[in-house]
Amino acid sequence: MFITYHDGSSREITIIDQEVPYPDGKLIVSRTDTAGVITHANQAFIEMSGYSLDELIGINHNILRHPDMPAAAFKDLWVTIQSGKKWHGYVKNLRKDGAFYWVKATVIPNIRNGELMGYTSVRRKPSRSKVDACTALYAQMKMDMPS
Amino acid sequence: MQTYTLSVSPDFSPEHLSGWFIFNTWLQKSLATPFHLELYDEFELQRRDIQLDKIDLIYANPYDAAMLVREKGFKAVARPANTSDEAVIAVLNGSAYLNIDDLKEGAKVATTHDPDVHMMGMIMLEPADLDRSNVIVTPVHSYVIVAKQLLKGEADIGFFLKDAFHDLSDLIRGQMRVLVESQIDVIHHTLLAGPNVQHLIPQLLGNLLNMQDDAKGKAVLESMQMTGWLKMEQEDTEFMIDLIDTLIE
Repeated sequence: MFITYHDGSSREITIIDQEVPYPDGKLIVSRTDTAGVITHANQAFIEMSGYSLDELIGINHNILRHPDMPAAAFKDLWVTIQSGKKWHGYVKNLRKDGAFYWVKATVIPNIRNGELMGYTSVRRKPSRSKVDACTALYAQMKMDMPS
Repeated sequence: MQTYTLSVSPDFSPEHLSGWFIFNTWLQKSLATPFHLELYDEFELQRRDIQLDKIDLIYANPYDAAMLVREKGFKAVARPANTSDEAVIAVLNGSAYLNIDDLKEGAKVATTHDPDVHMMGMIMLEPADLDRSNVIVTPVHSYVIVAKQLLKGEADIGFFLKDAFHDLSDLIRGQMRVLVESQIDVIHHTLLAGPNVQHLIPQLLGNLLNMQDDAKGKAVLESMQMTGWLKMEQEDTEFMIDLIDTLIE
């Protein structure tokens, strides 16, 4: 299937209905520039996303976007962090192989000498009850407002 | 000549702390400057003296490093090579809990006042829908007391700094098992210089980076259970502080 991003670009993706469990105790850490282009990724990010470090660096973070995620969730993320605030949310991420994994994500703006330099995103293991609730909520949001 | 004060985050076992006395002697010789090593049993007492500007050089835990850099004007100098701060959640060997998801509301948690380990421990409880509102947290003064709380059945789980857990005696550690261990990799203690000693940073950093190449310096490192130091760039410090910020609710 094809996925279209907010900037109008699109790419063909493979979707497999298979969840990869988030490992206990790990944190996925990445940084992007102000446009969302990845500048740093840790080993946990590489392992969970299925991409190599070379494939991740320089590419937009929306490569992880799963088509089950409603556009409104990402809009809320960008509005929040562009206003200089921290954003929390539960996100279904797309792996390179088409499988998915759920995360509890936090994104904060990186301010240096009063200037916005980019964003840091940290993802951790979510509870199953939160994943189940978000699965239902996001499906409803997609039905109410298809992207 | 003015005597400056060196301090160390109060989250280390006595075995680790003895190495800091040796380091302080090395530090004074290498900088030809007097330093007094001030150790604290409690985080709160150390933070009080930080606020009173009584500490000039500090080996700080990541959580306190954020406050020291952003509020007190400290600058990061170096961090230990080949190590990071990780947390362990442990239970008694005979505990019915086999993984985090087995834990239920009302679980009794023994923890220390070590802020980053407590934070990491609480994060590792989140997958079981547990947070400070539905667990019973008992903060104690040391990891040995956390272990005793478990052994006496007064706690279901205990939060430990990974290094401190492995520093426990075989007799105590052998009665416990690790339920889950963090693999964060990017959070670590940092040697920070306060405004009064920042003129010493270039010489101090050079000496620290050369420690491992010198027999005496290497012996000091071994006494601190370290292999060497790595330079902390300003951006490395800012990144770690940002990361801590993402983890604080």
